[in-house]
Amino acid sequence: MTPLLSVSNLRVGFGRNPLENEVVRGVSFELAAGETLAIVGESGSGKSVTALSINRLVDFGGGKIISGTVNLARTGNSILDLAKADEPVLEKIRGSEIGMIFQEPMTSLNPVLTIGTQIEESFRLHRGLTGKQATAAAKDALDRVRIPDAARRLKYTPNQLSGGMLQRVMIATALACNPRLLIADEPTTALDVTVQAQIMALLAQLKRETGMAMIFITHDIGLVAGIADKVMVMQAGEAVEQGGLGDVLDRPQHPYTRHLLGAVPHFESGRAARSDYVRDQLEMASPALRVDGLTVRFKVAGGVFRRSPGSVHAVENIDFDLMPRETLAIVGESGSGKSTTARAILGLVHPTRGGFATHTGRIADATDPSVQMVFQNPYASLNPRLRVDSILAEPVIAAGGRVNGETRARMAALLKRVGLPENCLERYPHQFSGGQRQRLCIARALMLNPSIVVLDEAVSALDVSVQAKVLELLVDLQREYGLAYLFVSHDMAVVERIAHRIAVLYAGEIVEIGDAASVLSNPQHSYTKRLISAVPSIDRRNQHFELDTRQVPSLVRPPGFEPPVAQWRSFGPDHRARAEV
Amino acid sequence: MLRAIVSHPSGRIGGTIVVIYVVVALLGMFDVTPHNPLQQYRIDRLHSPNASYWMGTDLFGRDVASRLMKGVGQSFFVGFCSVTLATLAGTVLGLTAAWFGKAWDGLVMRIMDVLLAFPAILLALLIIAIAGPGTWTSIAAIAIVYTPIFTRVVRGPALSIKAREFVDAARTFGSSRRYILTRHLLLNLVAPLTVQVTLALAWSLLTEAGLSFLGLGTQPPASSLGLMLADSRNLMETAPWLLIFPALAIMISILGFNLLGDALRDIFDPRTRRSAA
Repeated sequence: MTPLLSVSNLRVGFGRNPLENEVVRGVSFELAAGETLAIVGESGSGKSVTALSINRLVDFGGGKIISGTVNLARTGNSILDLAKADEPVLEKIRGSEIGMIFQEPMTSLNPVLTIGTQIEESFRLHRGLTGKQATAAAKDALDRVRIPDAARRLKYTPNQLSGGMLQRVMIATALACNPRLLIADEPTTALDVTVQAQIMALLAQLKRETGMAMIFITHDIGLVAGIADKVMVMQAGEAVEQGGLGDVLDRPQHPYTRHLLGAVPHFESGRAARSDYVRDQLEMASPALRVDGLTVRFKVAGGVFRRSPGSVHAVENIDFDLMPRETLAIVGESGSGKSTTARAILGLVHPTRGGFATHTGRIADATDPSVQMVFQNPYASLNPRLRVDSILAEPVIAAGGRVNGETRARMAALLKRVGLPENCLERYPHQFSGGQRQRLCIARALMLNPSIVVLDEAVSALDVSVQAKVLELLVDLQREYGLAYLFVSHDMAVVERIAHRIAVLYAGEIVEIGDAASVLSNPQHSYTKRLISAVPSIDRRNQHFELDTRQVPSLVRPPGFEPPVAQWRSFGPDHRARAEV
Repeated sequence: MLRAIVSHPSGRIGGTIVVIYVVVALLGMFDVTPHNPLQQYRIDRLHSPNASYWMGTDLFGRDVASRLMKGVGQSFFVGFCSVTLATLAGTVLGLTAAWFGKAWDGLVMRIMDVLLAFPAILLALLIIAIAGPGTWTSIAAIAIVYTPIFTRVVRGPALSIKAREFVDAARTFGSSRRYILTRHLLLNLVAPLTVQVTLALAWSLLTEAGLSFLGLGTQPPASSLGLMLADSRNLMETAPWLLIFPALAIMISILGFNLLGDALRDIFDPRTRRSAA
């Protein structure tokens, strides 16, 4: 039987001279009906371009197919070479035979049209439905992706729906005409981990129901285990390895595949937690940082004649302490208040109530040199117009110091310590890669010899192999300088590698806190359990993700609202969780 | 930077025009002209262009080429001074409005909205009507007219840069306000400001010519392009050179500045940088 799609020796180039800027260099693969192929690679490996060449969207991005064939088997046993097809033919195929979903559901939908209109468009274009018929079909499509209350949601505009919901809408649109092939380009990268699990479950289920084939593009090799039948690993435009899921994951042949598999943080349910620091009673008396009842509320703006409907309780009554040489990880999903907590400790937002004190006993604020921060996005946290030496000098100048020989010597030493060449002092940020930039940010944070470093999703924006190296560096620096880390992250596998203790945040409140091994191996709160079961792992093959459509509760409370006092239950010497009602 | 302008097609043309224009203006300002622009050669009144009088003479027998150079110098002086003032005022207002926000932002931007509600030339006329005509009032009037544009050009990007992580990072170090405003905000505003200055120079030249044409800018016997145009109106048929050369001078200079401004915008814009290279 002929495969549904067979790509052979595909070469794609960009720009005026495609031969010189070749991005995909001779990729071949086959895909049978109902099969799932996962294309794995780091940023710039050509995985997205390969997929975009199949439905020829690559033409709109300035790309050009240099050579090779992309044969799609159509109904009636005819075969069409998509690499040579004309645009009018391609327009008929896109949507009806090949559906596609993108990484960013927030930007893939038109913000001024209702989602109903946008789903109906697909039915109108490809199936000629109109009016009530189209609306009914759109409602069925939403039902199919398990959006509760579909009829009412059709009238929503994209801003009224969460990221996970929007990605479901995108899937509904892509599946509107029952395509035989679905291309999913990093469909869950922009989503929270529990939402990611829901979307993966949905895709797996829909695939079983409709029997469509799927090409699943991801940078996260841990994610493919749950969904793929075949895996293709790409590096620098070439497919370095491809084969069945088990073959590639368990018996990788190519060194790059082994490297990727080695770099990906395997989640081991607490078995890989760090054990190089144990709290003792003596030290407990003088923590590096003590946070007491930290509460941050943002008032919701009312209209001219309308009273404010209340406040967003972003962070509610958070207590913890942090010892020198210890890492406390704050985990939670977007909107859980973890970044707000970090920003409050740096003095970037003002707490409504409560406060914190460093070991010096004084209240921490923005000018306290003993607390420094490393931000999530290494591309946004360095001023593009300043040279590295100016960037590193800034904290010193801010603290009232002078840039003298001593400062320059410290810059050079720190650069060397974080693994950057010494001659990079005269360079600009754009001359560095993402990982190097993050090392630069770490060096900058260390310029003033802090005792506490707040790491806000510090490795989330990096490729997995870079991520592992930066984590290693952080652990080394912690030992060397006796730093206390406050590590904010949504990624349980990363947290397991670096944290000594973990605080789980849900809807602005700590629901569980304790030593890492205990929390990860024996989670007590239902939310922690959900969070941990959602972590993708290469050991979980073709598992059945449980479908769960729960939404994060709204944090807007009426004026004067005070949350009930939490009841805590202990599960061991240093592990307690909030009692659930 | 220079190489980028030269390799950009409209940058090459615009840049050349601007360089020639600036040289002519400087020569005019320092009185390096073929004749004394005020000298009246009575016998050669309304002489058509020849080897001695490159652009002919006017009704009083004054050399048009010399007066043109002097006029270009005058226009350049007024344009340069007013745009400098407008840039300074607009940058300070825009930056502080973006940084402090709230009431100050509201006050500054509402005043700018009011100023922008008037057509440029009308507002300049109003100011001159109050303060009386003259070179320095023209400069002040044009500066006031163009300040709102600079304020807006600075405030918008400043607001977005203010929300970038490197500004947050600077605040966590405890960097002073002045340091953040100059090193982080202003330094990243150099690109849009450069483009705006170039384009504003073109507009201010036009406004200056317009004011002088109406007799409210530069006062005779000093020369300015607008004034020369005004004087040539009645003699359009007998001595067309009186009209053609100043009009061409205005047109070409504005074309030059606009082309250069467009080129700079392309060069600074990362989205078009690839195609421009």
